[in-house]
Amino acid sequence: MLQEESDLALIIAQIVQKLKGSNLYAQLERQAWASLQRPEIKLESLKEDIKEFFKISGWEKKLQNAVYSELNVFPLPSHPAAPPEHLKEPLVYMRKAQGSWEKRILKSLNSMCTELSIPLARKRPVGEQKELLNKWNEMGTDEPDLSLFRPVYAPKDFLEVLINLRNPNYENGDSHSFRTHLGLIQVPLKVKDIPELKEFFVELGLTAGQLGIDDSTQVPPELFENEHVRIGQKVLSEQDSAAAQQYIRQGSPTALRAELWALILNISSQPEVLLCFSRDTSVLGHFAYNSASPPKSYIRGKLGLEEYAVFYPPNGVIPFHGFSMYVAPLCFLYHEPSKLYQIFREMYVRFFFRLHSISSHPSGIVSLCLLFETLLQTYLPQLFYHLREIGAQPLRISFKWMVRAFSGYLATDQLLLLWDRILGYNSLEILAVLAAAVFAFRAVNLMEVTSLAAAEAVLADLSTLKVMPLLQIFLFATVT
Amino acid sequence: MSRVSVPCHVKGTVALQVGDVRTSQGRPGVLVIDVTFPSVAPFELQEIMFKNYYTAFLTIRVRQHTSTHTPAKWVTCLRDYCLMPDPHSEEGAQEYVSLFKHQMLCDMGKVLELRLILRQPSPLWLSFTVEELQIYQQGPKDLGIWFQVSPTLPASGQYAFALQSPSMTFPKWLSHPVPCEQPAPLLEGLPDPSRVSSEVQQMWALTEMIRASHTSTRIGRFDVDGCYDLNLLSYT
Repeated sequence: MLQEESDLALIIAQIVQKLKGSNLYAQLERQAWASLQRPEIKLESLKEDIKEFFKISGWEKKLQNAVYSELNVFPLPSHPAAPPEHLKEPLVYMRKAQGSWEKRILKSLNSMCTELSIPLARKRPVGEQKELLNKWNEMGTDEPDLSLFRPVYAPKDFLEVLINLRNPNYENGDSHSFRTHLGLIQVPLKVKDIPELKEFFVELGLTAGQLGIDDSTQVPPELFENEHVRIGQKVLSEQDSAAAQQYIRQGSPTALRAELWALILNISSQPEVLLCFSRDTSVLGHFAYNSASPPKSYIRGKLGLEEYAVFYPPNGVIPFHGFSMYVAPLCFLYHEPSKLYQIFREMYVRFFFRLHSISSHPSGIVSLCLLFETLLQTYLPQLFYHLREIGAQPLRISFKWMVRAFSGYLATDQLLLLWDRILGYNSLEILAVLAAAVFAFRAVNLMEVTSLAAAEAVLADLSTLKVMPLLQIFLFATVT
Repeated sequence: MSRVSVPCHVKGTVALQVGDVRTSQGRPGVLVIDVTFPSVAPFELQEIMFKNYYTAFLTIRVRQHTSTHTPAKWVTCLRDYCLMPDPHSEEGAQEYVSLFKHQMLCDMGKVLELRLILRQPSPLWLSFTVEELQIYQQGPKDLGIWFQVSPTLPASGQYAFALQSPSMTFPKWLSHPVPCEQPAPLLEGLPDPSRVSSEVQQMWALTEMIRASHTSTRIGRFDVDGCYDLNLLSYT
C-alpha cells in the first residue's frame, strides 16, 4: 500500500544516513575498492559481482548486523510534521516535567559549585598535570578528597518527582472511578497485563528450557544445557546478531556471554581509544530519542554567545548516586578496557538512560513503575491493600531495585542472567515483572508486617534469590 | 507527490449531547468540527493532517460539488478511524496523523465542505479535540532531471533518470525530450553500443552517488578552540 511503502523508504533512508558515518561504511568502501582486483569481478556486472563478494566474504552479514542494531535502537521515523522534541517524547506534560526536573538538577549542581567555590571545568595547572602523569598507572588506587561533595541527586528524590507527575487533561478528582489507581504513579500509560506479558516473554514459559533453571546440578545436562551451549557456539560462529538476540532469551552460557553481548550490541572488534564516559561526545547522539536534554554552559566570560556554548559534561549525562552500579557487573565479563567501555556505553544509550529520565516509553522508568504497581494491584490485591494500609507503598521499596536494574541487589550470576533477557527482549519491562515476582515470593512474610521499616527488612536481602524460577512462576505458574 | 495547503476555516467545536449541557453530569463524548473553504473552488483533496489531542475515533463526512442541479449531499468518507488503541490510556493521544485520499471510502474530487466527528468514549479525559488541522490538495506534477549520455560514446540517444526535485520548476523543453536517434549500424568486432552505454551510465551513477554522499561522523571535540573553562551551567 502506498503509505507502507513510503514508510519503509523513509526508514531505509534514515538507516542508510546513519550508517554512512560509521566505521563499517569506511571498511565496506575499502573492501569494495580492493575487490576490483579479484578475477571474478567483471566490469559489465560490477554491482552484482561486488554484492556476491560481500555475501561470500561475510561483509554482508556485518552489514545486516549493523542494520538490525539500528532498527533496535532508533525509534521508527515519525510523522514529517512532528518536531524533534516530539520524537524525544510525544506527551507535552511529560516533556515539561522532564524539563523542570533537569532545571532542579542544574540548580543543585550550580549551588554546589558556588558553595565550594569550584568551577565546573578548568584546565589543570601545570604542576598538577605533571603529578598526574607521574602516577598515571596507579590512577585506580588513588582517590581525591571527595568528602565535601554530595551526590547531585539520589533515586528517592527522583521517585518524588514521578509520584507528582500529573496529566492536566486527566480526571484526577477525588471520586473513585473504575480506573482509580491505588499506587503512587498517577498517569495512565499503557502497560501490559499478564496475558500480554506471557505472549511477550513466551520463551520464558514452562515448556522451554532456561539457563538459570534447567542447568542446575540436579538436571542432567543432556536434557537441555549441552544442546543450548552447542547452539550458542553455532550462533557465534555465524556472527548473526539477530539470531544471538533470539538465542539469549533462554539465557547465555557463562563462557559465551562476553562474546554474545558484544555481538548483540554490535561492538566492533577494532581497538578503540578508551574514553572516559563523561568525555565521550558520541553519547550525545542518544539525546535524539531520550526525553532528556544535555545541560549547556558557556565558556567563561562568554555567557550568551552561541559560538561559545558547550555541553557539560561533554557526554551530556549528569550521573546520580549509584550510577557506577551500571558498570560494575560488566567488569566480571570484560577484562579488556576498550571492550568493557564499549559494552557499557552501548548498554547505557540503549537501555539504562531510560531509568532516570521522565518519558512515556514502555521501557521508561514511569511505565516500569506503573507496570509493577498494576501487576501487584491486579494479581496480589490482598498484599497490595495490606501494604498500602500500613503506609508501605510497594513502589517505595522496589523503586531502588528497578532504577539500578537490580545491580548491587542480586548475586552477580543472577544479575547477568537477568540482563541476558534485557538484551534478548530489547526491553526493560522484565525489571518490573521481577520486582512484582519478588513481592509475590515473600508475600506470606509481608502480610504479617505492620510498618514500612518491617517491610523493608523483609525485602532487604535479595542476594539469595534465583531470578529465573521467580519470573517463571509469577508469569506462567500462578493461578489467577 | 507535492501538495499545496488549502486555506480553510475551522468552525468552533460543537458537542453532541443528550439533554442540557450545563445540568448533565457527564462530559460530552462526541464533538463535531465543521471545516469550510470560503475562498476556494471545489478541489480534489489529497491529504488531511492534524495533531491529535485525546480523540479516540474519527469519522469524516464530506459534501461535494455536483454538476447536476441536485443539492450536494453529505457522504461518509472515513468511518470510525482509530486514533487511540485504548481510549483509557495515553497511547496515540498526542500523535501527528495524516490521512490520504486513498484511505477514503469515496472519491474526493470536488470537496466543498468537511465535517469531522470526534469520539472519545472514555470518561477519564477532561477534553479532547484535534489541533493544527491542515488540508492539502495535489500540487503541480513532479518533473525529473534527465541527463544525456556523454557525447564521446557512440550516439545511442539513451537517457537515464537520475534525480527528482519536486520543489523546482523546469523549462518546458525538459519535459519534451528529443526523440531517439536511429542507432548507427553495428560495426564488426565492436561491442553493442547500447549495452556499453548503459553499463557506463550505471558506473557514472555509482561514482556520483559516492561523491555526493558525505559522512556525518562526529569530530569528537567538546571544547571551543582548546578552551573548556566553565563556571556554571546555563538554565536556558
